[in-house]
Amino acid sequence: MMYAILIYGESGVFEQLPKAAQDKVMAGHSGLQQALGARGDYLSVKLMPPSSAVTLEPAVDDTTPPLVLDGPFAETKESFLGFYAAEFESLEDALAHARRISSPIARIEVRPIHWAGGVLSTEREDVGMA
Amino acid sequence: MSAWLEASFATHRPRAIAALTRVFRDIDLAEEAFSEACLKALEDWPKRGLPRDPFAWLLTVGRNAGLDRLRKAARRAAILDANKDILDMTGDAPPPDPDALRDDVLRLLFICCHPALTRQDQLALALKVVAGLTVGEIARAFLVKPKTMEQRLTRAKKTVAATPVPFETPAPAERARRLGEVGLMVYLMFNEGWSGSEGTVQIRPALCDEAIRLARLLLELFPGVSEQAALLALLLFQHARAPARIDEEGGLVALEDQDRTLWNRAMIHEGLSLLQKAERSGANGPYRVQAAIAAQHAVAHTAADTDWAQIEALYSTLYAMQPTPVIRLNLLAARARTEGPDVALHEMEALATDLSGYRWFHTMRGALLLETGDPESARAAFEAALDLGPTGPERAAIREKIALCKKSS
Repeated sequence: MMYAILIYGESGVFEQLPKAAQDKVMAGHSGLQQALGARGDYLSVKLMPPSSAVTLEPAVDDTTPPLVLDGPFAETKESFLGFYAAEFESLEDALAHARRISSPIARIEVRPIHWAGGVLSTEREDVGMA
Repeated sequence: MSAWLEASFATHRPRAIAALTRVFRDIDLAEEAFSEACLKALEDWPKRGLPRDPFAWLLTVGRNAGLDRLRKAARRAAILDANKDILDMTGDAPPPDPDALRDDVLRLLFICCHPALTRQDQLALALKVVAGLTVGEIARAFLVKPKTMEQRLTRAKKTVAATPVPFETPAPAERARRLGEVGLMVYLMFNEGWSGSEGTVQIRPALCDEAIRLARLLLELFPGVSEQAALLALLLFQHARAPARIDEEGGLVALEDQDRTLWNRAMIHEGLSLLQKAERSGANGPYRVQAAIAAQHAVAHTAADTDWAQIEALYSTLYAMQPTPVIRLNLLAARARTEGPDVALHEMEALATDLSGYRWFHTMRGALLLETGDPESARAAFEAALDLGPTGPERAAIREKIALCKKSS
């Protein structure tokens, strides 16, 4: 069964951490990535801060285009920071993996995946203006 | 654990201090109340787990801590005079209205831009009150003794307290004016860290990091103001180059000589997304144009790939908005690449009087004269730059050029 490991927290807190604490977090993530990579395909995503987002509001009917808003508005509560997706043997297995990236100020949600497709990576991505 | 919580407090701080300043009408009390709330959180959260809404928790505990102090303190009379219902407050602090909160944060930053303060004191005050840096950290950033900084901050706080900024919701024009002032302060904070004004220290990353944090905060609060997205994009493009800017001996590396593989790709990507977002919602102010120029450098894989025609066109746009000699000089630096060094040197003559005291005018002239095969005049130009008191790494770079001129003549 595929599961998503969803990470919620306050945007910008990681960047505020002292280097040693950042390294510890990164060690957790690279450990998880290695473990998942050794078993097969997986997806890992870190989102940019919410302020870089643009929102499409639901269209009122099918003749009106959706309203485009700059960003989600100022939120002091936690936001969606990123996620993993992979095949796990069981819920217990998924939870055991999620524990590797648990930290004092992030909320982690483990949720089964109904459907997934596509192939995605920024590793080979080129910077362009277009 | 405490490192995590402290990082979390730092992200809440600007909004919390702004909201508490609205309650107490007193920045010092707001700072003390917030510190006390953070201390309580350090005790309480590890035991009971993170509250559902940490910001609301800090606000309630901070407000109650401030009220306790107020009941005891001699400050009571003065503060109650401004805000007399304050002692009746009980229970949870009401969640602040998001629109009022963003005006409060803006107000707090705007207070730091007080015209009676020197630019450095404005920055120091913002770093202390809004960013929450310690006096020691700020003193280090400005290369002064902690005691000196402490005195400067105390004096600055007295100055701003003497002319209070009203708590009423500002009219749109006033809000835009405040945002403009605050944006400029953030921009100058970054530049202060980026270029350094005195001594041998060229880059003070703490100032750059804090400026980027404040630019992020402004964008979070005013997501619809596209120049704020452009400002953040501009700072990110510049900061992305920091790892390549200083070599192992502490020397300054010119943009065209930097190892571009060291540039921070994540920052460049974020900058590009923000710039596109700003452009699609119509930003066309000076930050947008400067960000677009920085983006052109950021996406060029090598110095030779740089699209100088685009950069020249963007500098022309910028010069139309801000016709200053320095922007004209930048325009000519681009023109030297599109039309050749002779054209640029000729047009630079008109700037000679205005920019005779500006080091970069002379180093640019020197470099262009070298290109045209006139090492003798080039050397004179570099020596003129050396006479203008460049800082350590820059001085070394100019000396190197002079040696090169001697070799070529």
